[in-house]
Amino acid sequence: MEDYFPGFFLALSLLTPVLGALLIGAAHSAPNLREAISLSTGVILSGCVLFLLIDYLAGGTARLEGVEIVQGLPILFAVEPLGLVFAMLASLLWIAITVYSIGYMRSLNEAHQTRYYICFALAMASTIGLAFAGNLITLFLFYEMLTLATYPLVVHHETQEAKRGGRIYLGMLLGTSMLLFLPAIIWTWSVTETLEFSKGGILAGKIEAPYAAILFALFLFGIGKAALMPFHRWLPAAMVAPTPVSAFLHAVAVVKAGVFTVLKVGIYIFGVAFLAEINAAEAMMWVAAFSLIAASMIALRKDDLKARLAYSTVAQLAYVTLGVALASVMGMAGGVMQLVAHALGKITLFMCAGAIYAASGKKNISQMAGLGRVMPFTFAAFLLGALSIIGIPPTGGAWSKWFLMMGAADTGQYVMISVWMLSSLLSIAYLIPIVARGFFLPLYEEADRPQPQGREISVIKLSRMREAPIWCVLPACCTAVLSVLVYFAGPAIAGFILPVLGP
Amino acid sequence: MMGGHLLVLLIMAPLAAAPLCVLFNRPVLSWGIAAFASLFAFAASLVLYAQIKSAGVISYHLGDWAPPLGIELRLDAANSFVIVIISAIGFLCTLFALKSVAREISREDQPLFYAMLMLCFSGLLGVTVTGDAFNLFVFLEICSLSSYVLVAMGAKQDRRALTAAFTYLLFGTIGATFYVIGLGLIYALTGTLNMMDMAARIAGLGHSSTLQVGFGFIIIGLGLKLAIFPLHQWLPNVYGYAPSVVSAFLAGTATKAAAYVSLRFIYTIFGPVFHFETQTLQYLFLPLGLAAIFIASIVAIFQTNIKRLLAYSSIAQTGYILMGVSFANLSGLMAALLHIFNHAIMKSGLFLAVACVIYRMGDCSIASFRGLGRAMPWTMAAFVIGGLSLTGIPATVGFTSKWYLVLAALDRGWWPAAFAIIAGSLLALFYFGRVIEAAYFQQAPEGGTVREAPMGMLLPLWALTIASVYFGIDSETTVAGARAAAEALFLNTTALSSAQAGP
Repeated sequence: MEDYFPGFFLALSLLTPVLGALLIGAAHSAPNLREAISLSTGVILSGCVLFLLIDYLAGGTARLEGVEIVQGLPILFAVEPLGLVFAMLASLLWIAITVYSIGYMRSLNEAHQTRYYICFALAMASTIGLAFAGNLITLFLFYEMLTLATYPLVVHHETQEAKRGGRIYLGMLLGTSMLLFLPAIIWTWSVTETLEFSKGGILAGKIEAPYAAILFALFLFGIGKAALMPFHRWLPAAMVAPTPVSAFLHAVAVVKAGVFTVLKVGIYIFGVAFLAEINAAEAMMWVAAFSLIAASMIALRKDDLKARLAYSTVAQLAYVTLGVALASVMGMAGGVMQLVAHALGKITLFMCAGAIYAASGKKNISQMAGLGRVMPFTFAAFLLGALSIIGIPPTGGAWSKWFLMMGAADTGQYVMISVWMLSSLLSIAYLIPIVARGFFLPLYEEADRPQPQGREISVIKLSRMREAPIWCVLPACCTAVLSVLVYFAGPAIAGFILPVLGP
Repeated sequence: MMGGHLLVLLIMAPLAAAPLCVLFNRPVLSWGIAAFASLFAFAASLVLYAQIKSAGVISYHLGDWAPPLGIELRLDAANSFVIVIISAIGFLCTLFALKSVAREISREDQPLFYAMLMLCFSGLLGVTVTGDAFNLFVFLEICSLSSYVLVAMGAKQDRRALTAAFTYLLFGTIGATFYVIGLGLIYALTGTLNMMDMAARIAGLGHSSTLQVGFGFIIIGLGLKLAIFPLHQWLPNVYGYAPSVVSAFLAGTATKAAAYVSLRFIYTIFGPVFHFETQTLQYLFLPLGLAAIFIASIVAIFQTNIKRLLAYSSIAQTGYILMGVSFANLSGLMAALLHIFNHAIMKSGLFLAVACVIYRMGDCSIASFRGLGRAMPWTMAAFVIGGLSLTGIPATVGFTSKWYLVLAALDRGWWPAAFAIIAGSLLALFYFGRVIEAAYFQQAPEGGTVREAPMGMLLPLWALTIASVYFGIDSETTVAGARAAAEALFLNTTALSSAQAGP
């Protein structure tokens, strides 16, 4: 009986968001009930994942095997540390983003809210399925489902611009996954006769070095959700979505699903030792490094806050890809840390961007001067998130930088260390001025009015505060605090995942 | 011998139902008779399919005249798989027909419609189960002649159905003539019309130019029926202007039966040895299949009439079947047979969804789809699933087809073909994307209120939709069926040629 118990929770964590989606649809005409269902789904889901985590720590290995989707390849779910970290992160952040959505969507009085919450729940279901996928085909199934479930969120506003963004989003993600990712999967299957994620990889000894390099490139470019240049265009295009969607897509579900898949492929399909041995990843390392620097440069030039954050995401995702391409244990560990730290940091930044928009209607950075004194909590949260993205202790981002650079040092790739140093400087340059201008410059008024000069203005006056709705600010503050707390949890997380990385 | 009687009853039930429909001459009563006959045929084909698994081959001698002189009905793993497809689609389309036909065809013609539908159904089943090459021609004419009438009955909706039917008649007659000419040449060479006998004698012939010419005539004749790429001109208008049910019925059955007959001739009667020598498959089927996939898909993107769009998509899908055949290996043949089954389910489902739209909106231009996502949620959901399936999203039948086709291409070592298959399937995303955008993200025109299609239409539609998801997730049954069918087509030849090689 006891053996069935973890399996039951695994099934429950997969089914809860699906059930939630159905109930949300049924509660169409009662918004309060609908939102209550959304929230409680998130809480139940986090509970299930937490149980699985505890069970895993106690030595359990929950596993579910379903029907064969093609001959010899069943739908398989298995719990392992990487998936647990991702599922835990996603389900917790889902609660935050749901609370935030309630504040944001209501204060802006958005249309089609039921469809919005249903799609959110379905996207969550796909993310959890992806996190617990036990073989590549199951992962691919949920990878595609995630694309489809988030498409209605991207085109939520139904304007021409939204539809164009949606087309790029769908076309690029489905295109890369079908044209590159799927052939890579089929290729792997045809040489190894298995697709199950196994410790140490399944490809070792099955494929020769030059082909392995091609296969690796197919995987990395094919996983379009990881937004490796030149397949990053969907990410800025998806910015037309409402801000909570951007936060969810760009910090939690979609992009993290991408880098998570990259990590899974690197660790469980190729295997760290095999990757290092055949030197297959060298070329991709340079592609990732280029993507990292180029995206940071573009981010510098964007005035639209969400666009700047989007390009920052492209750069930050390349950290993970680069970490995997280093083919060292430390690099992979850094990738996992980056997955966690960046999710917390970036979701904070996006929620702040949305809060600013909800409170003041401002989208462009140049108009946000002085706004920090009007919205001190939002900007403080933004600062913490930004510090984590830059990687300054005591924030989670510091750990990912640490491990990644260790990885680069281990493999003797000293150029890569300087790439990360340069990228840190660039991220300081594109994030910190937003906060600094918010706190220290005079309040931005309409363009033609002359700005008063030389007055002491850098004081927060309670009477002038005009914060966004509490449900928008509170989640952002929570995730900001979390991104600091994760600094202290860093060694524990690393200790949790390191055992699966070794040979 | 019971199995044998069931085999002939399978054809007789719809054949007998046809005159009854005319005699009773009441629309609903005729429909009832037709529905009952098709239900019987469906049940019979399932029983036969189950029997074949244990029996291997069921042979029925018409009038108890022994073959090769008498006419033989011969069922093995290959055609038992195909009759299940045909009878399932036939049954569901007949069920669906009542309301749709009541709207699209004048009252006094309705009993005639059902009579013709049953004749066509009977002819298709006959083509599939017969073991006699000339008897095949007779059944082919029964289903062709009745389908010309069925197509022409679309004239009440759109007068262009008449020219479509006339073109179809011309092409169909040419095709049938080519077939008979080819058969005549083979008969002159071998002196037999029984397929098994013919196969045995051809295997012992060695090189013969008469044989090659005969083969050419037969393949072109069948190619016209199958709408192989340059011979497809009749098809878009036929599917576009025929009554909606007829489009769904023909798309799921007629080309499938023709495809099966082609496979029977290519693999069983002429035998792979013959083709490896002539290289027909590689130099004819492969390029034509590729051309069909790309050209027809691109043409489909620019269609505004959705039935014509689906028709072009059908031509493209036939291209996949051709490609599977052209690999000339067991896995390719199996993939082709699997795709015959899967495509029948998807495409008939899509045509039924469009039939629901026509039932409510009166036509099926893309403009009339605007806002239908809200007005007809069930119909459009089925349409979306069908579209995703054609694109080959995992967890749909389209994905399994694609998977096996790509694997077969890799088996043969044809990399570019594997990529072409995947790239071609992505084109479906473009033509369905337009419809889906119109249905979900455009406002319905002012004024008209559209309701969901009636339950009698939704049930068969959703039966097909659920099947296309179910067999996409659990492909064991269909893959086993297709594999057995492919082996039956191959084994016949190898057994025969080795028997011939002995003395």
